[in-house]
Amino acid sequence: MPRHDPTEPSGALEALTTMWTIRRFEEALEDLYSRGMLHGTNHLSIGQEAVAVGACGALEDGDFITSTHRGHGHSIAHGADPEPMFAELLGRETGYCGGRGGSMHIADVGSGNLGANGIVAGSMTLAVGAALSQRLLGSSAVVLCFFGDGAANEGSFHEALNLAAVWELPVVFLCENNQYGMSMASDLSTAGGSVAGRGAAYGLEGVRLDGNDVIAVAEGVATAAAAAREGRGPALLEAITYRYRGHSKSDRNLYRTQDEIEEWRTERDPIARFEARLLEEGRLDREAIDGARQTARERIRDAVKAAVQAPEPTVDVLEEAVYARR
Amino acid sequence: MAELITYRDAVARGLAQEMRHDETVHFIGEDVAAAGGVFKATKGLLEEFGPERVRDTPISEEAILGAAMGAAMTGIRPVAEIMFSDFLATCWDLVAVEIPKTRYMTDGQISLPLVIRTANGGGLRFGAQHSQAVENWAMSIPGLKVVAPSNPKDVIGLLAAAIRDPDPVLFFEQKSLYPTKGEVPDGEIVDELGVATTVRQGSDVTIVALASMVRRAVEAADELDSLGISAEVIDLRSLVPLDTNTIIESVKRTTRMITVEENPRLCGWGAEIVSIVAEECIWHIDGPLTRVTTPHIPLPSADALEDEFLPSVERIVAAAQKVVQ
Repeated sequence: MPRHDPTEPSGALEALTTMWTIRRFEEALEDLYSRGMLHGTNHLSIGQEAVAVGACGALEDGDFITSTHRGHGHSIAHGADPEPMFAELLGRETGYCGGRGGSMHIADVGSGNLGANGIVAGSMTLAVGAALSQRLLGSSAVVLCFFGDGAANEGSFHEALNLAAVWELPVVFLCENNQYGMSMASDLSTAGGSVAGRGAAYGLEGVRLDGNDVIAVAEGVATAAAAAREGRGPALLEAITYRYRGHSKSDRNLYRTQDEIEEWRTERDPIARFEARLLEEGRLDREAIDGARQTARERIRDAVKAAVQAPEPTVDVLEEAVYARR
Repeated sequence: MAELITYRDAVARGLAQEMRHDETVHFIGEDVAAAGGVFKATKGLLEEFGPERVRDTPISEEAILGAAMGAAMTGIRPVAEIMFSDFLATCWDLVAVEIPKTRYMTDGQISLPLVIRTANGGGLRFGAQHSQAVENWAMSIPGLKVVAPSNPKDVIGLLAAAIRDPDPVLFFEQKSLYPTKGEVPDGEIVDELGVATTVRQGSDVTIVALASMVRRAVEAADELDSLGISAEVIDLRSLVPLDTNTIIESVKRTTRMITVEENPRLCGWGAEIVSIVAEECIWHIDGPLTRVTTPHIPLPSADALEDEFLPSVERIVAAAQKVVQ
């Protein structure tokens, strides 16, 4: 059974709260960055929350995910705790990786999150390997592999899809097409016009989803995961979405118009759309919806507070954990 | 009891030993199963262990190492073959950026008990893209272990140690050694990584070598003996971990050292050994610390040119004579 069904009231509340948690988490990162408390870079997925939440909610306990450089949402949606996530980004000892990974390398193996990856398409072949071991170990778990539209033009994309397809492994490849690979529009970089269309090359159907509709994503991933679990091989899904922020901290959005960004924000925002639908269909009332937002806000406020107060790593651990055995 | 077997057959024997020892050991690569490997070093494994554990892959080096890494993260101990070490460049992201960094980046949450076997080095007239000795590339990456056996017994023992090791190991088999034979004792052989072997004792000069260069160093030492120079030969066996104690102890006694490597001149592993010796025991040294390498050029294919390219017994002898003068 999927973890939560966003068409049911309890699942909808869970999904909405998680979407708000991701958004507030990343807004808090922007705030910390502007106050000079957060260093390096980070890649925000504000506007793409429905993909992470719909997809991870459609998995079962024990399933795995592999993530990307834009992975905060994936981690939270797969069950990560925002406090050690903040601590990791702030370079604190209490971070998921003791401050060694940072934004692009959060992993929480305990929850089945095999890690974000700083290399575009870097986790795609790893997902194939994790799926191979599920087969070899007799597990029914599936692996959900997040990747972006930019990754679809890397060689690893081809190698991963080909191998997963010839070995009929339980991987759900989910492309988050947020329209831009850094500054390059995906319709200028993607021959054939769609990532999903490339599935045909591997004998896969290739399905496009409305990535700003959490229910559509959940249904698409649930169907693909069920088929993979039954031994019917991998799936290729493409969720169409949009990132409101630049690629990373250095991006000034010189390659697209403010009107375009505003249009997605005001007309297709995944959280606003989900709330409107829930109200319209009577699945949640206004009080419950406000409660979800409030819960997320408090969760993030408490997490930031605790993470900021956590100690930095002591430098004597610098050379630890390179090898398991020296 | 012992028997004489080839370096090639030692690979298959070592893999079979470990696959019998641990059922989570799986082997994948191009042409490794039905064809028994392009060098016939994995013959018989498919028949004994079946297609689930001995698995042919498409020609897809990134997918091979990615699959090995993902499987190692989730409960399998994979051995992945990259047919020629030159092809590591096609999957360098996995070798240099994914596999060695993951344990550190995740603060030890993820260990990667995997072995990448690959045929390395020159001598077979295969030309510049199928003959490079690239163990120095691997040595420069923190997080990898780098092993290169010189004889059949070490192939089995070090391969077993690599497979049982909790960290990723790059295992370089020198392809010109595949037909060479050596004595191997009966029964299970499990060696230790990071222990060099003194294969010949001497008092005037230490010759540090690896893989195919060990035989040449021993031949050179025999010749030096007739010239009145007593050479000690150390087979490093692994570059990471590196047995610096054995090197330093030997050099302190002989007071002179040359290194013999197949790497091109710039940044070959010999430079690292020279630097360690210079730092640790320069006051014991009586002659120039000298490297015998290949020239800093791509590898040529013609017999006459490749023979000139690779460090020869004559060049090792000449280098040793020069440092003891």
